[in-house]
Amino acid sequence: MFKLWLIPLLPFLGFLINGILGKKLPKLAINAVAVGSVLASFLWVALVVGPSSDWGAHKLQAHYFTWIASGNFHVGWDFAVDKLTIIMLMIVTGIGSLIHIYATGYMDHEGGYYRFFAYLNLFMFFMLNLVLAANYLILFVGWEGVGLCSYLLIGFYFNKKSATTAGNKAFIVNRIGDFGFALAMFIIVINFGTLDFTKVFAKAPGAPVETLTAIALLMLVGAAGKSAQIPLYVWLPDAMEGPTPVSALIHAATMVTAGVYMCTRSAVIFLHAPIAMETVAIIGLATAVFAATIGITQYDIKKVFAYSTVSQLGYMFLGVGVGAFSAGVWHLMTHAFFKALLFLGAGSVIHACHGEQDMRHMGGLKKYAPWTCIVLACASLAIAGFPGTSGFFSKDAILTAAYEHAPWMFWVGVVTAGMTAFYVWRAFWMTFWGEYRGHGKPHESPMVMLAPLMVLAVLSLGGGFLFNVPEILKDMFPLKEEIPEEHMLMAISVAAGLLGIGISWYMYVVNQELPGKIANAFGPLYRLINDKYRVDEAYDAAIVEPLIEGSTAILWKTVDAGVIDGTVNGVGSQAQGIGNVLKLIQSGNIRSYATWIVAGSVVIIILMGIAGGVR
Amino acid sequence: MNLLDIIIAIPAIGFLLALFVPRTQPQLSRLFALGVSLVAFVASLGLVTGFDNHAAGQQFVTNAVWIQNPEIHYHVGIDGLSLWLIMLSTFLTPIAILISWNYIQDRVKEFFAFLLLLEFGLIGVFAAWDLFLFYAFWEVVLVPMYFLIGIWGHDRRIYAAVKFFLYTMVGSVLMLAAIIFLYTQAGTFDYVTILDMLQSGRIALTHTQETLLFLAFFLAFAIKVPLFPLHTWLPDAHVEAPTAGSVMLASVMLKMGTYGLVRFCLPMFPGAAKENAPWIATLAIIGIVYGALVAMVQPNMKKLVAYSSVSHLGFVVLGVFSLTQTGLDGAVYQMLNHGISTGALFVLVGFLYERKHSLAIKDYGGVATVAPWLSIIFMITTFASIGLPTLNNFVGEFLVLQGAAIRSISWAAFAGLGVILSACYMLWMYQRVFFGTVDGVEPVADAHGGHGGHDDHAPAAPGHKSHASDSHGHAMPDLSPREWACVVPLVVMMVWMGMYSQSFLPVISTQNTRILDATHKGAISFTNPKGASHVNMTPVAGGSAHAR
Repeated sequence: MFKLWLIPLLPFLGFLINGILGKKLPKLAINAVAVGSVLASFLWVALVVGPSSDWGAHKLQAHYFTWIASGNFHVGWDFAVDKLTIIMLMIVTGIGSLIHIYATGYMDHEGGYYRFFAYLNLFMFFMLNLVLAANYLILFVGWEGVGLCSYLLIGFYFNKKSATTAGNKAFIVNRIGDFGFALAMFIIVINFGTLDFTKVFAKAPGAPVETLTAIALLMLVGAAGKSAQIPLYVWLPDAMEGPTPVSALIHAATMVTAGVYMCTRSAVIFLHAPIAMETVAIIGLATAVFAATIGITQYDIKKVFAYSTVSQLGYMFLGVGVGAFSAGVWHLMTHAFFKALLFLGAGSVIHACHGEQDMRHMGGLKKYAPWTCIVLACASLAIAGFPGTSGFFSKDAILTAAYEHAPWMFWVGVVTAGMTAFYVWRAFWMTFWGEYRGHGKPHESPMVMLAPLMVLAVLSLGGGFLFNVPEILKDMFPLKEEIPEEHMLMAISVAAGLLGIGISWYMYVVNQELPGKIANAFGPLYRLINDKYRVDEAYDAAIVEPLIEGSTAILWKTVDAGVIDGTVNGVGSQAQGIGNVLKLIQSGNIRSYATWIVAGSVVIIILMGIAGGVR
Repeated sequence: MNLLDIIIAIPAIGFLLALFVPRTQPQLSRLFALGVSLVAFVASLGLVTGFDNHAAGQQFVTNAVWIQNPEIHYHVGIDGLSLWLIMLSTFLTPIAILISWNYIQDRVKEFFAFLLLLEFGLIGVFAAWDLFLFYAFWEVVLVPMYFLIGIWGHDRRIYAAVKFFLYTMVGSVLMLAAIIFLYTQAGTFDYVTILDMLQSGRIALTHTQETLLFLAFFLAFAIKVPLFPLHTWLPDAHVEAPTAGSVMLASVMLKMGTYGLVRFCLPMFPGAAKENAPWIATLAIIGIVYGALVAMVQPNMKKLVAYSSVSHLGFVVLGVFSLTQTGLDGAVYQMLNHGISTGALFVLVGFLYERKHSLAIKDYGGVATVAPWLSIIFMITTFASIGLPTLNNFVGEFLVLQGAAIRSISWAAFAGLGVILSACYMLWMYQRVFFGTVDGVEPVADAHGGHGGHDDHAPAAPGHKSHASDSHGHAMPDLSPREWACVVPLVVMMVWMGMYSQSFLPVISTQNTRILDATHKGAISFTNPKGASHVNMTPVAGGSAHAR
């Protein structure tokens, strides 16, 4: 009746059509297939599945076929829908549709047009699989599948080495996370005998704490990979090599939030593993601060937003870690609105500046691209937590919950909020205020790009109002009582945001000398942060290089070629005679080797016979 | 004379008839071999449709006396274990013939005749139920492969062929000794009888005897697999072999080893298998990681794929010696998966070699620009090989690791590193071969950064010539119809086996249950006597993160 399979299958058909026939199709047809399939999924979710599903106790369940079965272990290709799924489905298909529409304008002049949309549709297929999954393994299918699409789209400009290297890095770092996820699944199967969500969550409360802690921590490894948390965040900034719509859809709004979704989905397990919860909160908080500091010093507009994404994902993990799952999901949603808008707006800015990404070569764009300026202002207000905007509600919910859990977490979160407001508005001023410092004459983007931006701007401003996620999810995650200090806390975090905006205005509009002076005053520290704490270099030196050097010098050249082959060749030289004889045969004047083969086989068999006869 | 006999006979007769094709008509040799192998494949489909998963024991059985004294039987039959391996052999032989169509220009007749002989030996190995017959087929396989490498191989072919031959012979001799010893005890070579006598205790082996016999068989199979540290013949054999040789070697011949482990080592010597499982599994895990690490730094594509095989086959051995239903199911499935995906990798590397006459990764670059379909197929195969869910390898690897985790979570953890590393070596190779530009010069940056980095060379680019050539003047055309015919069946199998394992797994699972039941009947209790062969479904109370 609800035909849940339609939701992922429509984009998959889009992928097949564009992937196989796209080369010969006109652009209009490619657009129709790519955008139409995603839009159809969105409408199906919004008009059929969402409203008519029983939002009460009974979840929509569907079993399609047995995927893997061995002994007592069965995994079906099963989908299930509950309120959390509906929210995720709406975000993925809704934002997905907008970004597909935007991309038809953005990618208009690019080669590989059909290829781009085929990949994008394939991504939608896997992402929808991920959120519809009724068991961990089907979730994992989507999980790895979106990783594949991320790899393909980051390396979309495959002639560029930096792009394909970034694609490899994304996939490999994610593999490390997936390794943790897989181990978590093995332990689940050993202890619960199944990977079905309902069965696992029914049994989990009775399991020993150590088991649940191990499962939860390993899941966190997976989530840290996919959602770019310390120490596995390093792939996300590099992922900006992909076209900007990809950054918006995959590396901001949807895929990177999969880790948050997975932890929320597994709330039962996490809630029974306090140590794991604490770890999630601390990792989230640490990532939030750490990435925010890097964001302050970057000049590439996409890099600023990339580190901002890492930082905001940290917020979501903080929410999950302190037990405010619905607040985490709320922030996931509002972040999808404003961060997609920030990236798409950045795309519009880059478009306006003829491909320039360095903010030092922008400026004054409010005159040339007024609509882009307005929508980016909306997004920047939202991420800064300006009262009434979507980001205000979700951020406040997380920070309040953090305060209840441990006040120090609240204060760190507030400082991060201030930094966030600062670097986002720094980017805003540098881009839109002052004089234009780039080349050529900047221009506003076409309507097909601006329209999705305006929809997102409305959502960024009003999304918190319109969709009160904690209220929607209160059956799954009971609402907490309001605490007395709540209004005070709210005022503090708002003040931090406003302060950040104010300082950035002072530094980048009023007194433009100041940033340079500060950078000079803190020379070494500034350079360290500007170099992203040189974490990539440290990983290379500590892990990648030793692995490659060691494998070459020790394993391959010494163990394989030296020790093992040395031994074998020692034996082999004894058999040199055999080789020489055989060589003679081969250079000889033999009509057909086949004769020899038959003869040889017969001889061997006879020898065997004789040998067998000897008792 | 049942269908199985006919399927065994087809390549044998084909081989003999192929010898009578006049040397002056190489095309006839090719067509004849292709025809024979296709007939064998179509016939073997009958095994699948006629196979009854609910019937116990072997099916399509023929048992006739072959040699009177000592009594050796032509005893063949199939069960759920051998069914798919025979299918794999008949499925890949036509592909191996097709890929050699133009590549082999020298002694064409003998080459294709050898491929048929190889097919005959392989089917025989998987069908034989008489130990001596098994041994005979085992040796028959060795001969054509030796010559495929030694005659049609690359520069160091003699070294590689001799190394291959010596390694395998050492193992074979030990196995022969063990077979003869069993014959002296049982008075027959018939495997079913011997197995029955061993299980019922009519042959009582001392602990030492059982261990030695187990080790003799194990060593022969471990060399064939090859299990670390007995693997060094494999990279040399692969690099020197012609493409068809590499394909058959990797896809089917290596499975003779893993097949032997499951068929003979577990049921005949259950006590020894259990006792020795820990260190064998440890070697398998070392092989997984070691093979992957060494693959990572190979400058030669074929060597890279060869070392990746060492890693992948480590998973199979680990699954077998996890002695769990899940692990064993995964191991057998992984034998088939590896046959398909690594076979495809060798086929594709062969295509590249035919175009550019180099196996060195550094000689390539930008292939995706000039040969987009070849690149796409290679990419699908790459992701199949690194275990992307929805493609075949994932199902096998997941089950193997799950089975290993039941024994010890640390087994799964260390083996899982191989899954991470597989992404490294495959993607790094893919990047260097297919991405970038043909001439190694990046398109001039137009200060557009990520946006606007025009990929004029992308497959979509209008007016793009598919018959472009690189800076060295080698033509790099996209897939030809013949090449399409080779890769499409392989890709279809990757998706089919990845998406719908139910077409294949139940038969395997049923048979593995029997093998494990037989194994666990063995005296020495490895763990808790009941349910050790299954995923442990006991309620969670008292469960822990670690397997009991």
